[in-house]
Amino acid sequence: MTLGIVMLCHTALHRAAQVARHWAVAGCPVVIHLDRRVPDSDRAELVAALADLPDVRFSARVACEWGTFSLVEATLIATTQLLRDFPGADYVYLTSGSCLPLRPVAELQAYLAAHPGTDFIESVTTADVGWTIGGLNKERFTLRFPFSWRKQRRLFDGYVTLQRLLGVRRRIPAGLVPHLGSQWWCLTRRTLDAILQSPDRARHDRYFRRVWIPDESYFQTLVRKVSAKVESRSLTLSKFDFQGRPHVFYDDHLHLLRRSEAFLARKIWSDADLLYATYLAPADPAAARPEPNPGKIDRLFAKAVERRTKGRPGLFMQSRFPTKARGGNRAAAPYGVFEGFADLFEDFHPWLTRVAEARVHGHLFAPDRVHFAEGETIFKGGLSDSATLRDYNPRSFLTNLIWNSRGERQCFHFGPNDAQPITLFLAADPNATLMIVSGAFAIPLWRSGRPVADIRAEVARLQKIEAEFIALLQAPETKARVRLWSLADFVEDPVEPLHQIVDDLNPRASHRMTELPRMVDLTGFGNFIQELRNQGMQPVLMGDFPTEIDRTQLRDGPSHPKQAK
Amino acid sequence: MGLMSSYRLRLRRKYLLLRAFRRRRQLKPVVNRMATCPRQPILLFSTMRNERIRLPYFLDYYRKLGVDHFLLVDNGSDDGTREYLAEQPDVSLWTATAGYKQSRFGTDWMMHLLRRHGSENWCLTVDVDEFLVFPYCETRSLRALTDWLDSSATRTFSAMLLDMYPKGPMHEQPYREGRNPFEIAQYFDSGNYVIHRNPGLGNLWIQGGPRARLYFADQPKQAPAMNKIPLVKWHPSYAYVSSTHMMLPRGLNLVFEDAGGEKPSGCLLHAKFLDTFAAKAEEELQRGQHYAESHEYRAYREGLTRERDLWCNWSEKYINWRQLEILGLMSKGNWA
Repeated sequence: MTLGIVMLCHTALHRAAQVARHWAVAGCPVVIHLDRRVPDSDRAELVAALADLPDVRFSARVACEWGTFSLVEATLIATTQLLRDFPGADYVYLTSGSCLPLRPVAELQAYLAAHPGTDFIESVTTADVGWTIGGLNKERFTLRFPFSWRKQRRLFDGYVTLQRLLGVRRRIPAGLVPHLGSQWWCLTRRTLDAILQSPDRARHDRYFRRVWIPDESYFQTLVRKVSAKVESRSLTLSKFDFQGRPHVFYDDHLHLLRRSEAFLARKIWSDADLLYATYLAPADPAAARPEPNPGKIDRLFAKAVERRTKGRPGLFMQSRFPTKARGGNRAAAPYGVFEGFADLFEDFHPWLTRVAEARVHGHLFAPDRVHFAEGETIFKGGLSDSATLRDYNPRSFLTNLIWNSRGERQCFHFGPNDAQPITLFLAADPNATLMIVSGAFAIPLWRSGRPVADIRAEVARLQKIEAEFIALLQAPETKARVRLWSLADFVEDPVEPLHQIVDDLNPRASHRMTELPRMVDLTGFGNFIQELRNQGMQPVLMGDFPTEIDRTQLRDGPSHPKQAK
Repeated sequence: MGLMSSYRLRLRRKYLLLRAFRRRRQLKPVVNRMATCPRQPILLFSTMRNERIRLPYFLDYYRKLGVDHFLLVDNGSDDGTREYLAEQPDVSLWTATAGYKQSRFGTDWMMHLLRRHGSENWCLTVDVDEFLVFPYCETRSLRALTDWLDSSATRTFSAMLLDMYPKGPMHEQPYREGRNPFEIAQYFDSGNYVIHRNPGLGNLWIQGGPRARLYFADQPKQAPAMNKIPLVKWHPSYAYVSSTHMMLPRGLNLVFEDAGGEKPSGCLLHAKFLDTFAAKAEEELQRGQHYAESHEYRAYREGLTRERDLWCNWSEKYINWRQLEILGLMSKGNWA
């Protein structure tokens, strides 16, 4: 069994020379195709380096451009020469100058000898391929592509659109069923002869000249017509990124390549000295190979593509800054925002810390400074408590805070007294859970004991701010989870909403909540609301609060709150 | 972006190029060893003044990273910087005695050298206290990165400035020649960087870190920019607009992904906050040759006289690039 190697080379020729020597020494004849654009001096150097090897030949040269028929042409020329010059060759393996054999050549030869007559070529019908560049697969065969995708992208795209618009279609030659697949194949002499000497060859070549990326479809399609036995997979390990460019292997991939089952890998970085030294060294039969685990390489590259296309949600940094529509309004993890609760309950803060198993901050957006949990002046990641710094870019401040404390649920208080610009972000963030008891901001004012006439304007101001916030949350664009109670409704039955809060924040909490936070004694608050009305203000956010006047009609004068213990 | 504003940006770029060209005579060649460069060299460009003590480590660091040749401008040093550099086998050196400020803080000189010697090569423009860290830099050379960028048809690579600082007052751990400055300045702020998008040039404007936290808490807008694009496959039509923070044509500033993914990026570890800093701040303030009337240095002096420790409870201790990647300060992107 003789295996012939066709190598398509255009750069890093010293590496190509090393690999060609490796093949030749192991008894494989090699035909090298050099891109026409490689300078003659480089070619001469390569020829000289391989001059001592009679079974390494050089084919006629074609200028190769990615995505065009020139690559197929180069392959056809080199393959024809190999079959002609080495009549003993039963198999031809198509490789590139940056392919590296991962297993001893003898193993590959033995493998092919054990599968006589089998063609190893990935060949998938267009309907079933998952990889497409520019959204083209079937259309690669039915449209015309006279423009370069790399150099004339606009013309390329424009011409594709135009053809779609006009409904122009090329006819696929009779008897051909378009197939796609990796361009690195290993075919038998019989199959290649059938393709190369087919009476329809000229017709096929003419057709494929206008197909896009024919190197991924020429042999893949024709092999289906002539081969007796197609094993649809490539013996070369080659992974592509989301833009259709091959992933490159470096020295630090050695441990992964060792676990691959493939016979060759592409593409290898030309300066990966360790890889070349390892795999081109004479085979050591005693060396034990680790258990094959090709899935590891797949995972590595799949993760890299995901990092590039999706990134880490909620991270904003120098090379990830999504627009609003593409995740720019999303923090890294769910968090809770509480408005009004701290005013209504005396010990809400410690209670929440206990039941939610979360980090509970104070008013992060307070006007004086950032009230981090436990009164810290600097928080994770080096976030400062300076209100000026925070207000300079509140969105960055909040997304930083959530990103820095991934793995730990964050909660904070918010209210109409706080800096409001962040509300736009809060409303649009699907990770925000907003719990609001509307109108509760009036409680501290009422408890201050100041005359109603003095605080009336303040209540009106806060009510306006809170009403705007609530209106924002009720807009259809809102993505945040919002739970809204009026103060009156909440006070009526506080237990159920509190249960709901705990369930929302800590859904996996096994125990039902046994203790409740202590509510401020609101006796007299209704009168206070009525008093505000009497002063000409219209309190609406508090809900329908019963006044004690209805019940004890005799009391007169402004009501004073009872201080809760 | 209308035609008018595109045209205005074009004029601005032409102006910057012309400026750099007109200041070319301020550069006096000391030694030019460009002829010894290999084919397609990776070049490093820098302007410096009185940095003798930092040089051995700096040159060594970038040689190991894979820089083939250094193109340096000495701006009137009197501490032996020039003599030391002239002796190095892989350094081409120019001197400039003209004002640092008048040359846009050295950018005009850099741009002239970039245009003249850097075109169609990968060029790294850094200060002598900036140390590039990029994904896989322990196992792969700078050449691996530039080859990969070439294959993805990318011409710019972003590396955010990351201020490194020691624990305790700076003067307590003196820096010695040849030593890794990050053995002293081991700490950094991991998550307090704020980002605005610059509508005109399309770049991201990043501020934050210990300087914003301590020196600019009352005037955050004045805090220094941390976004940098130090690694560029240069073309004669390119221009750095303000230091290496942003470029023209503005497409080069799109080093970030705005559709949700991450592009690859690195960090420039900034070894500014060593014991040499106090003397430097004083000197620069005297010369008045820095940005915005040396506003920055004034703020530092105030900070320094109050003996403020940059270190805080949440400072991160530097380990390696993977740590910076996990913290979200840089990204591997789709480079695997």
